[in-house]
Amino acid sequence: MTRYQNMEQLTGDFYTQNFAKTAREGSLILNLGPQHPSTHGVLRVIVELDGEYVMRAEPILGYLHRMHEKMAEVKTAAQFIPNMGRVDYGHAMGWNWAFVGAAEKAGGIEVPERAEYVRVITCELNRIASHLLWWGAYLLDLGAFTPIMYAFDDREKILDILQIPTGSRLTYSYFRIGGVAQDLDADCIRRIREFIPWFRSRLPMYKDLVSDNIILRKRIEEIGVIEQDVCRRYGATGPVARGSGINYDVRRAAPYSVYPKLDFEIPTSDLKCARGRYDVRMAEMEQCLRIVEQCLDMMPEGEVLVKGAPKPSWKVPKGEAYFAVEGARGKIGAYVVSDGGKNIYRTKLRAPGFCNLSLFAEVSRGTILADAVAILGSLDLIIPEIDR
Amino acid sequence: MNAIPAELLRILIGLVAVAASVGLIGLVMVWVERKVAGHIQRRPGPFEVGPSGVLQPLCDALKLVGKQLFMPSGADPILFWLAPVLAFLPVLLLFLPLPVGDGLQALNINLGLLLILAFSGLAVLSVLLGGWASNNKYGLLGAARAVAQSVAYEIPLLLSVLAVAFVAGSLDLAEVVKGQGTWPWNWNVMTQPLAFLIYFVSALGETNRAPFDLPEAESELTAGFHTEYSGMGFGLFFLAEYANMVVVCSVATALFLGGWHGPVLPGPVWFVLKVSALMLLMVFARWTYPRVRFDQLLVINWKWLLPLAVANLLLTAFFVKLAQFA
Repeated sequence: MTRYQNMEQLTGDFYTQNFAKTAREGSLILNLGPQHPSTHGVLRVIVELDGEYVMRAEPILGYLHRMHEKMAEVKTAAQFIPNMGRVDYGHAMGWNWAFVGAAEKAGGIEVPERAEYVRVITCELNRIASHLLWWGAYLLDLGAFTPIMYAFDDREKILDILQIPTGSRLTYSYFRIGGVAQDLDADCIRRIREFIPWFRSRLPMYKDLVSDNIILRKRIEEIGVIEQDVCRRYGATGPVARGSGINYDVRRAAPYSVYPKLDFEIPTSDLKCARGRYDVRMAEMEQCLRIVEQCLDMMPEGEVLVKGAPKPSWKVPKGEAYFAVEGARGKIGAYVVSDGGKNIYRTKLRAPGFCNLSLFAEVSRGTILADAVAILGSLDLIIPEIDR
Repeated sequence: MNAIPAELLRILIGLVAVAASVGLIGLVMVWVERKVAGHIQRRPGPFEVGPSGVLQPLCDALKLVGKQLFMPSGADPILFWLAPVLAFLPVLLLFLPLPVGDGLQALNINLGLLLILAFSGLAVLSVLLGGWASNNKYGLLGAARAVAQSVAYEIPLLLSVLAVAFVAGSLDLAEVVKGQGTWPWNWNVMTQPLAFLIYFVSALGETNRAPFDLPEAESELTAGFHTEYSGMGFGLFFLAEYANMVVVCSVATALFLGGWHGPVLPGPVWFVLKVSALMLLMVFARWTYPRVRFDQLLVINWKWLLPLAVANLLLTAFFVKLAQFA
């Protein structure tokens, strides 16, 4: 029994009308977003509610579509790097790396060893910053106002560090084809070394004050259980997959750069619920510190940009290449097809958030509205990355 | 000269004084809350307007007064504007029977406690009206939550208060206070610790304060029942929330914490100090904890608070009877 016999009764825009066509009698259709406190930017979700229970949820995308892939067709490879920092403002370094890596692979360019270490250090620091951003915002979703202030206090220190070599605080375009733009100077390295023990001392505090809080535990434990086959079907990666017990991390599964030389663990959780994803991210921050620490010790002297590095007008040789890195949200992939012309013929960006969001409709079915918000937050979505 | 009866004048002055003090308390509480929240969150809080930002709430109030009163299309105009007024007006009456000091009471009736409980029950009506008349789905959901929550939390609140009334043998707040002594071990909280705990948790739920602020859970319902209110429409809801906080804390002080009793300092000072301490506790709770889920909230109430309150009441009644025989 559908609710509307007469289609002229339908109100709202195209998406709402389409959604309402199959709504059941007596249900409430609620439009969350694109401007809503817990949809983090411009995600829009239409939900069909029975009381407070979510019967159906449908994410609607495209409110932040900036046609990055089309832009790649009208720019040379080097000119396209700044775009990558803007795809995902949370983990800009990962996106830098994915595209630059693909271009290097297509062009057969070797990267100096020091540059590889610099890439790992900046990428991992950025990962901590991204997880802190998620942590603060997620607890804001759950109604705790204070943690985000502490998270941003820590994140601020990372941004200050990354500002030295990159010159920017959020949308980095630091990587170059064949290395990085600038070496880490002595001041920067000193500050990173100071940051590591300081942040290590903060993590137990977060555990005591927030992670073990009974209200928080009741809110996220056994909420939003994502089975492994659901993860695989939708192509979920990153902490979402690892929170369901899938031990998949690109840094280990398809090693790149100097990661094989480093000693670190891939945290996973068998809880499969929002708590599992929470634990994975919190544990990952500790591993990031370990990686950065090792890199600082192992980093050799030398150039950070290969001799004879490509100029801005450099043409990617004919061929195709795919390069994937582990981003804060999962597997970031860049697929580059070049016909040898001035611009790359086609660039396909694989955004982890897109796959992670797509399982929301299935997982949120039958939950309470408050739980649906908790699930949405636990997926760690960055909307510009999903829309691209 | 005798044109105005003295009694009418007294009521008029009393009402004006209560209204003014409610407004003042609201302003002070906004400043305290923002300042405390700021320091909890490692930031200074308001500091631009006046020394330490004390004039900030005044500016906020002026801004609220100056804002356009907006009503969504399809809303019921009478109910929509009635709701904030209905939220605020009963609160004024709640202040009347509060015994601030010995003999310092606006309205000295022997059913003061009953008056407070009766009029605080009206608050839920205003929330329901506001949410319903807004013609907004978020408002409706918030209102539905508010009603379920308030109705549920009123019961353990009432039962815990009754236990104290049993011991004191009176529903007059001043009488209850007189039955207690100067030192903390003479207060009712020592004989009725469970009732105090139940009362305080229920009061958090009753006043819709975090972690029980579900009717206005912003991450799900944007602002719940007052989503569509702007300017002073929102301001009155806001003021009523703070005034309600003062009332529940004052009642807790009178019932459990010895009211105006205390060494050295004069009575009213002790009363205000005790109320402020309880209010600060509420502020700390809000800025420290995440929000509970709606079904969990009701589970806490029906599965824990209510049976405990009933058991406490029965036990109290038993001992009161025993004391009569002894």
